[in-house]
Amino acid sequence: MSITVRIPTPLRVLTKDQDEVSAEGKTVGEIVESLEGQYPGMKDRLCDEKGVRRFVNIYANDEDIRFLNNLDTELKEGDSVTIVPAIAGGA
Amino acid sequence: MARKQSAVGSPENSSNNGRAARPLWPSIVDGVGNTPMVRLRSVASEAPGVAVYLKLEYANPGGSVKDRPALQMIKDALADGRLSKEKTLIDATSGNTGIAYSLYGAALGLRIALVMPENVSQARKDIIRSFGTELIFSDPMEGSDGAIRHCQALVEQDPERYFYSNQYANPSNPKAHYLGTGQEILDQVGDKITHFVAGLGTSGTMMGTTRRLREHGRPITCIAMEPDGALHGLEGLKHMASSIVPPIYDPTVPDEILPVRTEDGWDMADRVAKEEGMHIGHSAGANVFAAVEIAKRIKQGCVVTIACDRGDRYFAPMQWEKHYEW
Repeated sequence: MSITVRIPTPLRVLTKDQDEVSAEGKTVGEIVESLEGQYPGMKDRLCDEKGVRRFVNIYANDEDIRFLNNLDTELKEGDSVTIVPAIAGGA
Repeated sequence: MARKQSAVGSPENSSNNGRAARPLWPSIVDGVGNTPMVRLRSVASEAPGVAVYLKLEYANPGGSVKDRPALQMIKDALADGRLSKEKTLIDATSGNTGIAYSLYGAALGLRIALVMPENVSQARKDIIRSFGTELIFSDPMEGSDGAIRHCQALVEQDPERYFYSNQYANPSNPKAHYLGTGQEILDQVGDKITHFVAGLGTSGTMMGTTRRLREHGRPITCIAMEPDGALHGLEGLKHMASSIVPPIYDPTVPDEILPVRTEDGWDMADRVAKEEGMHIGHSAGANVFAAVEIAKRIKQGCVVTIACDRGDRYFAPMQWEKHYEW
């Protein structure tokens, strides 16, 4: 199943500047693996050995997966995944 | 003045029988700078031969190091006519600079408008709005660089209306640290400092402070800390290789660039709270992490770094704030 993933600016260096990409998977974890296969280095940016890194937010539709089932959050046809840096900038 | 090794309860650099004069300010604008410096004991215990000091910039009236450049940029622009009560100061900032512009704008009767990514926390929006500042939102996916581009577009559309302060390019930003932070560090520990560590955001702290420390009689090694990658969680800091590089940044100024992982900065901020009794922000935690790494490397000496702000500025959103609006 193909899911649309929105990519934030700091990760577009990996996706050749694409702000939206397609990935295959039935869960958010499978989507992360699919992204890693297409854009090597993506998984390390998003996850550590404990799961999603603390300063990275992944949304299934408009819900933070921390409040759902984390990387096991299931996706259905038409869902979207959005990666948002936990910080909004600053300075 | 004689210096003595400190014991609990006795200031390291005491005068007037240990009593410092209590400041009396004509206005809040006069409260910027002259921040205290504290020796870190527990978190630097792996380097017992090195004195690690933290300069508490959160003691500024706006709660952060950004009070210095914000006020300097306002003062210099008022002095040469770029800013007046008829104009609106505008800049891209979701953070401490925005709070500082807002409070000094309120105190001085100036109009302020700030461009920030929409996903800034509600608390931050509320703090800034409380000073009467106008908020303009940019795309949350574009981060601080998106806010910069949005701000530039607004200024191009209506250049007469705005004074674009542009903290990333404004020489008054590093100047504030040259005149303030750098001089104060020399006044506080000029006889012993060997290393200075500061994170790169606009790079104003690093550029200005380092230039002043370089004028000191003894060489002082100055180290720039930066996030280890483009996607990081150290608010206010920039990974230069993947960002719009600030025009005030001169890569030849620091002696070394030290990358720090977000998790190391966050964990150190927690340790400084639990072990030292200071609840500092994430970028300050990363500064302390870098300073301790340097201390472990040099074994003898004195390292100074900056507590940019307090940790309570970064409390996680409450449960009911967890939805982002696109």
